[in-house]
Amino acid sequence: MGQSSLTRPAGEAITAVPPPESAIIGRRRVGRLQRLSRDKLLVGIGLPGAIALVLFQYVPLLGNVIAFQDYQPYLGITEAPFIGLQNFSFLWTGEASFVNALVNTLILTIIQTVLVFPVPLFLALLLNSLAGERLKRLLQSILYMPHFLSWVIVVALFQQMLGNAGMLNTFLVQHGLPQFHIIGVPDLFKALITTQAIWKDAGWGTIIFLAAISQIDQEQYEAAAVDGAGAWRRLWHITLPSLKGLFILLLILRLGNSLNVGFEQIILQQGPVGLEASEVLDTWVFNNGIIGGNWGMSAAVGLVKMVVGIGLVVGANKLAHVFGERGVYEK
Amino acid sequence: MTTLDQATAKTGAGSRAGKRPVWMERPNPLVQFLKFIALLVSAALVILPFWSVLATSLADKQTLDAAAGGMVMWPGRGLSLSAYQAILSGGVVTRALVISIGITVIGTLLSLAATAGLAYWLSRSRSFAARPVLMLVLGAVLFSPGLIPSYLLVKQLNLLDNWWSLILPVLVNAFNVIVMRAFFQELPAELFESAAIDGASSLTILTRIVLPLSKAVLAVIGLFYAVGYWNAFFNALIYIQTADKWPMALVLRTYVVNQTTIGGEQIGSTEGLPPQLSMEMAILVIAILPILIVYPFIQKHFAKGVMIGAVKG
Repeated sequence: MGQSSLTRPAGEAITAVPPPESAIIGRRRVGRLQRLSRDKLLVGIGLPGAIALVLFQYVPLLGNVIAFQDYQPYLGITEAPFIGLQNFSFLWTGEASFVNALVNTLILTIIQTVLVFPVPLFLALLLNSLAGERLKRLLQSILYMPHFLSWVIVVALFQQMLGNAGMLNTFLVQHGLPQFHIIGVPDLFKALITTQAIWKDAGWGTIIFLAAISQIDQEQYEAAAVDGAGAWRRLWHITLPSLKGLFILLLILRLGNSLNVGFEQIILQQGPVGLEASEVLDTWVFNNGIIGGNWGMSAAVGLVKMVVGIGLVVGANKLAHVFGERGVYEK
Repeated sequence: MTTLDQATAKTGAGSRAGKRPVWMERPNPLVQFLKFIALLVSAALVILPFWSVLATSLADKQTLDAAAGGMVMWPGRGLSLSAYQAILSGGVVTRALVISIGITVIGTLLSLAATAGLAYWLSRSRSFAARPVLMLVLGAVLFSPGLIPSYLLVKQLNLLDNWWSLILPVLVNAFNVIVMRAFFQELPAELFESAAIDGASSLTILTRIVLPLSKAVLAVIGLFYAVGYWNAFFNALIYIQTADKWPMALVLRTYVVNQTTIGGEQIGSTEGLPPQLSMEMAILVIAILPILIVYPFIQKHFAKGVMIGAVKG
């Protein structure tokens, strides 16, 4: 094995006692079983994690079979009768509560992609152009923070600030002004959800843009400045084009998640607002499946949602390739 | 220390006053001022709610009554810890706090061990079955199995209403595995070779060489796991049914978001309850505090961890 250390790529498995055959017949022909016995300690170290991942990420996929069954908890998956596509009837009968959830989900997806998604980019450009390295770092620390709070905390904070007995309304009442009801108002629900999403994650989203901006070759800026390009033109012709690939990558990932619009955030605030304004696909599955006991149909909705999500990622990635970008994965 | 800082330092970070590169024009003071105000407002929007919650939790009854029962910005003359004493003297909140701390500590340790082990296996590219297992990990990044099937599995495993249901399903995060694997691959291969020649086993190499060299990534990923466990709401909501087993997130939802009255039977003492609002805000402060405490220690590693994830992921 000594001679192979020159040709061995970095990161290759290293063992204390090399199998003697490897020196004679070459490493490529080392059999599967031999590799297993060689790496058994290594595999043993990694196996618990692999088992947990497979058990909780892949085994549940089998549970989707209940989407085709008349599943009842007391019967169990093995006993439940198959009923074909009956659970998917929401797709063609236009079940009202499902359509409502779908429409709300799509509206929130569009709002969040258009309004929430670009905010980190603006914030990053702003931070980057700011004078004073110390101040910049302090602001970054502050703006990253909300990302680490749970939705329960964020929702509670918003209630205390904007609720009917919160900071804002107490202030308004004390100064003899009319109250401004925000929390619990169906018409403002989507605006509230969006504001919360921006408050929580916009700062954190800047981290990746700031890292990308710091990688841009500074000589480009210098050359552009020498040629007479002002700050705006440098931004438009150097900074933004350099971030295009990253922006598209993030947009694809966002698309894949586009049917997930904040389950925790919405379920926490659904009570006072009512289902019509607040129900989205995820909460529909929860309310009808786990709460309502309509297992088969909820699993069917979840399955359709998953397939659409995967389809969106693959489709968006194709589109990125068409436009000459790298996308998430290459083909 | 971070990639970000190094990069800015290397390129001269033209932004600092006086160190502006010669080609850059003098910044317009008005524009600078507007930018500064915009960022200041963003920072204030983040800080003010925290400040107000902290102030209200410390305010005594008189101050709160003067504010018509609403939130205050200053706790007033007499700082009062009675809200904290009340909720920490036993009862619902104290129990939830102990449960959440237990789940966070045990969960984070187990998650880090499982993630590091798996990442180590996959980082040695010629190791047994590394390729197909890596594909499984990548697949798990792209999709999640869905609510109903996950619930049925946890039910099938008899983990309902059991604290392990808050740990095992989220034990390994696929994205974290990929980040850690990328980090391990960056370590110089010569180190492993020389250790292997000296007769070190994979386990020894992992514990004596790989992990000590990976403190930065372990810190960041440990923080992500810890925050995840501490904040866990969704799984607790669907898997934990008995109120006695609630972690902090469910207590927060019940008493702070839904504003269920906190009576004497919920907390140890029945006499002289502090104002409801103070107690609610004290619960909120206790839920936020651990995150605020670990945050500064880990924060310097953020850029590095995220960059590796972005470039290699």
